[in-house]
Amino acid sequence: MSEDLARFEDVENPVMPYLRQERIPHIWCPGCGIGTTVNCFARALTESGLDLDKVSIVSGIGCTGRVAGYMRLDSFHTTHGRAIPFATGLKLANPRLKVVVYSGDGDLFAIGGNHFVHAARRNMDLTVICVNNSTYGMTGGQVAPTTPLGATQTTMPYGNFENPFNLPFLADACGAVYVARWTVFHVKQLTRAMKEALLKPGFTFIEVLAPCPTLYLRRNRLGDGVDQVKYYKEKSTIKHGADTKEVGLGFQSDIVVGKFVDRERPTWLDSMNQHFSKVLGTRFQPWGGSNGED
Amino acid sequence: MGDEKAAGKKAKGTVFVRSEVCKGCSYCIEFCPTDCLEFSKDFNSKGYHYPVLARPEDCTGCDLCGLYCPDFAIFGMKFKDLEARKNAGASGGAGG
Repeated sequence: MSEDLARFEDVENPVMPYLRQERIPHIWCPGCGIGTTVNCFARALTESGLDLDKVSIVSGIGCTGRVAGYMRLDSFHTTHGRAIPFATGLKLANPRLKVVVYSGDGDLFAIGGNHFVHAARRNMDLTVICVNNSTYGMTGGQVAPTTPLGATQTTMPYGNFENPFNLPFLADACGAVYVARWTVFHVKQLTRAMKEALLKPGFTFIEVLAPCPTLYLRRNRLGDGVDQVKYYKEKSTIKHGADTKEVGLGFQSDIVVGKFVDRERPTWLDSMNQHFSKVLGTRFQPWGGSNGED
Repeated sequence: MGDEKAAGKKAKGTVFVRSEVCKGCSYCIEFCPTDCLEFSKDFNSKGYHYPVLARPEDCTGCDLCGLYCPDFAIFGMKFKDLEARKNAGASGGAGG
């Protein structure tokens, strides 16, 4: 068998062309789920057939914020919580780009909560991928807006009493056109969802539940990363089109996963062009983003 | 019974492991659909036990391990794809 394999020595991991290989191995802990989501994202990029020169990835600060540094795309590692404003600017300056925001739950919903709400309301043409590990991993396990009730964190040593966000419900209520939730156990479905979100115009949102073995799991005595992924496997039910009101998460409770929202709304840029063309007539030049290219 | 089954069975694919970047999280071992991976007895320079193909005849090259691996340390390939690559004279992946 080994002689057989020697012939294939030059075979490379299909994900490698998407990564800045000089930065691998990455800094994520053993059992962290972020690497798995990056794997799925790289495969979704392949399947989507997008021109990689026209894809850019923006992330904020945190463990998930490192993704922008590891992807071999035009990438932007922004200030804490401000990934969506930077991405909005990028998109509006050059509407031909496909802009992906890849960040964590603390960055997108605590520090950058306001930006998320308004980008979804305006239906800005962005794909937002939120890796939800229920904690602030990089800064030492403080309680995050997604930490379930009862979970112990460094700033909540007697258990969390703050009600957490239900992220799909928030995105749905704010007007996102595509809302899905998957876990790192559902790699195939996650890849498909990422592909759909990349190809859909408008504000698309995917929440990915991922284990944080070092801070969330260890502090709550939940075992290792693989134990949490086994929990995702056992406790999750796929329910497409579920009412987002009912998909909130409790501490180690049942998880509803699936594609919850898929609707059509004009994007911010389309609305603007349409509105000003109507009001100003020929005095207005619609902005399509040729940006001097043609 | 296992041996009888194995004797008549031919592997459809294989896995490639970059042991140096493995962090021993065991996702690939746990979620392999045909349960053909195991921890190695050896460890890499960081002290992690990496996966090895313990039951090569069961491997289908489905690449689910590659999809799960958070460290990009393992991936699977079907032999027919490998042959096709070799015949096409390709090396590495797309782009770069």
